[in-house]
Order: sequence, then structure tokens, then C-alpha cells
Amino acid sequence: MRRWADWLAPSLVGLLVLGGWEAAVRLLEVPAYEVPGPVAIAQALVADWPLFRSSMLVTLKIALLALLLAVTLGGLLAVAFAQSRWVERAFFPYAVVLQVTPVVAIAPLILIWVDDVTVSLLICAWIVAFFPILSNTVLGLNSADRNHVELFRLYGATRWQTLLLLRLPGALPFFLAGLRVAGGLALIGAVVAEFVAGAGGTGSGLAFRILEAGYQLKIPRMFAALALISALGIAIFAALGLVQHLLLRRWHESAMRPES
Amino acid sequence: MTLVALDGVGKRFASGTEALRDVDLRIEPGEFLSLLGPSGCGKSTLLRLIAGLAEPSAGRIERAASRQVGFVFQEATLLPWSDAVTNVRLPLRLLGLPRAEQEERAAEALAQVGLGGFERAYPRELSGGMRMRVSIARALVTRPSLLLMDEPFAALDELTRHRLNDDLLALWAGSGVTVVFVTHSVFESVYLSSRILVMAARPGRIAAEVVVEAPRGEGSPRPEGFRTSAEYAALCRRATEALEGAMRA
Repeated sequence: MRRWADWLAPSLVGLLVLGGWEAAVRLLEVPAYEVPGPVAIAQALVADWPLFRSSMLVTLKIALLALLLAVTLGGLLAVAFAQSRWVERAFFPYAVVLQVTPVVAIAPLILIWVDDVTVSLLICAWIVAFFPILSNTVLGLNSADRNHVELFRLYGATRWQTLLLLRLPGALPFFLAGLRVAGGLALIGAVVAEFVAGAGGTGSGLAFRILEAGYQLKIPRMFAALALISALGIAIFAALGLVQHLLLRRWHESAMRPES
Repeated sequence: MTLVALDGVGKRFASGTEALRDVDLRIEPGEFLSLLGPSGCGKSTLLRLIAGLAEPSAGRIERAASRQVGFVFQEATLLPWSDAVTNVRLPLRLLGLPRAEQEERAAEALAQVGLGGFERAYPRELSGGMRMRVSIARALVTRPSLLLMDEPFAALDELTRHRLNDDLLALWAGSGVTVVFVTHSVFESVYLSSRILVMAARPGRIAAEVVVEAPRGEGSPRPEGFRTSAEYAALCRRATEALEGAMRA
């Protein structure tokens, strides 16, 4: 009953909004080059589907690779930080600097320095995505229960054993929460970098389709590309949510359904 | 041979608080020793010193070389991401024993505390009493000569606590393990112990000793009806008087 409502409520809202939009566009006779209705957007999507499909795959590939890099490097850095307060103190501020500097401001530099456009897009998306993973995992690694730490000490556990059997599993829920945020950010980073690379690059991702459609005043195509970016973001978020649920369902409170 | 001997042990924290002063204590093999006192009298600190989890700031602690320690915390302190058998075999895993032996001894220990068949259950699927049993199994799995327990049953309901008291006594008598048990319950300490050390606070110190010479039933748990016997009541009165005396002093 509740699961059913979880789907039904947002679907109804979506249908109402789309219906109202289409009705407004038709009744007020708004031309498609100003605001296209959902039907016109859907038509554009279907008409240019092969193009959109390949663009979507390009953007998705960049976002997922950046996420993978963020997981690897963010995770490894977090473990290094958790090993020593000094390492954390020395390096964490620089991670913050990377995080708070807007990626649109760094992207032109990276595009100049790095010859390969795909690699520079990857770097931009990675910069945006890695921080939530790093900061969440560091927090998780440092959140081990005091009694658990004592228990490990009592039985003479090595540093490595404590990391592997206590700190890493304990950090998993924190890491996964960071991963869900990072998934969305990787997509945003990829799209923003594509915009900056723009016509100058070999770009053929979804952001490039938006730019291209804008130049050609094909507004329904712009909206179609926008809708696809949203759909990608939702798909990434949902997939990571599923990963989170599968990994935590046996033991963590966040993955439990309230008993009815 | 004394298992652990404390001579003039004191403990002062970095904050300046004096938790313990001048504690002399001998733990003899096979006894069931309770540390009884009000909150803040340093009984948990004393237990941690005995375990080697903290260092004394004064005095000396000597330990028998053969001593292997099991520790049971106030909460069950299980790893929530591991099932019961994996939690129980953790100490053996840390000691680097072969996997098959870990599994076998962990299953044995679970059976010993009455949880055979619950090997694959996760902590959150178990009741508070069962979680504490898993925790006790984990402490017993290394076959320790000394079992240290820090108010393990304080958070449990009374019936569960009574049942665990009896089961603990059976384990104690069956295995010959020495137990040091921290509690603030007079009734619990009298029911379980062969000797009670009554502690006083500010600074924490041992104020009195009560030796409990009470009958043991067949096998070990207290005989049927002991909880309601005049003898138990008299012993509890003695321990209560000692505790009140310690708190006035």
C-alpha cells in the first residue's frame, strides 16, 4: 500500500503539471520557439532519438567514469586521512579549496592544460564529485564506537585489522550517503564542463546538444536534451539508492522499513 | 596463584579527577568477585585497569602470565554488520586462528550461552537479552581464565536478568573461569558472588569486603527458591549495610 503510494503521488503531480503546461501552451497559443509544450518536446525527442541516444551515452560515460574515479581517489584519501590526524590536518583544507572553487571557473584552465577533451571533462566532473565521498568517508572512519575500539585493542588487533574489520564496515553507510550525492554531482560536473568546452571541443554530449539547439533556435530540442539530463540524474540517484539498500538492508537502521 | 594483584593503585585522569585511590586487590582463581558501589565510585575504571585497557597513575598491577581475558561491556557492543557467529569468532579472527576452527569454537560458544541455531541472526534481529548472550559468548570464545563484566545486565528487564544470572552462574561453575563483575545492585551481587568488594566514591576506593557463604545448588546455580529465602535476605541486608556505611564514610 505504502510502496504503491510512493509511486502514485509523484506520478499524479507530474501528469497534472504536464497536462496543465500543454493546455496553457495551446490555449494561449504560445509559439514553440518560445515555450514548447510537452508534446512538441516528445516529438523532438523521438525525431532525433539516434542523436540524443549517442549524446546521452557520452554524458553518462563521463559522469560514471568521474564517479568511479571519485570513489577510488576519495576513498583512498579518506583512508589515508583516517590513519593520521596530521595527514588530515595538512591536506583536508586543500580538498575544501577544490570543493568551494566553482568548476566553471576551473574548467577553462583544465581545458587549456589537458589536450584530450574527454580527459579534461572527466577531471572537471571528478573535482565536483569527489568531495562528498571524501568528507563522508572520513567522518565514517572516525565514527567507530569507542567500546568497539577498546574491544579490538583488548584482543590485540593490529591497525590493519581495526581498519578492515571495524572502521571500513562502520564507514560504509556514510560512504554510501556521500556516493548518492556524488552521483548527482558527477553528472552536473560533466554537463557544466561540456558547456565550457562547448563548440570548441569535440563535444557531443547532452550539454552540447543544448548549446547547438540554442544556436539553431530549435527550442523543443533544447527542452528534450534538458529532460534527458534530468532523467539521467534520476536514474543515477535511483541506482545508487538501490546499491545502498542492498548493502545495508541486513543491519543498518536507514535501510529498515518501519514495522507495521 | 593469584591471577591479578593490585598494590596501592590510583588513577587520576588528565582532567585532574581522582577516580581511584590506594586500591589493594587480589583476584584468586575460581572466585566470583563483585565490585559493588554507587555510580561514579570508579568501579568501571578499576575493571578497565584490571583488563589493561587503562594504565594506573600510581601503584602496581601484576598479572599472571597465563592470563587470557574476556571482557563484557555494559552494552552488547556487537558489530551490527556481522551475524552472531561472526561476532563471536571476532577475537579468534584477530588472533589469527584458522577459519574452520574459528567457526567451530564460535558455534560451540553460542550453544554454551543457549543460542544454538541463532548463528546467522544479525544483532538487530535479536532481543536485548539475546544480544547480551552473544556478547558473553564472544568473551568466552577465547577460553579466558579471567572474565571481566561491566554491569552487563543493567539495561535488561528483571526476569531476563534473573535468567541470565542463573545461566552465568552455570557457566562459571562449569568452566572454572574467574569472574570479576561490576554492578550497582546489591541483590545481584549477593546472588552471584562468592566475594563482594564494596566501593565508596570521591575518591573511588574499596571500603568493605563481604564474603558470601551461601549454598550452591546442584551443578552450581543457586538452589531453587534462594531468591526468596531468609538466608538471601540476611546476606542482602549485610551487603546493604556495608554499602550504606561506605557511602557515609
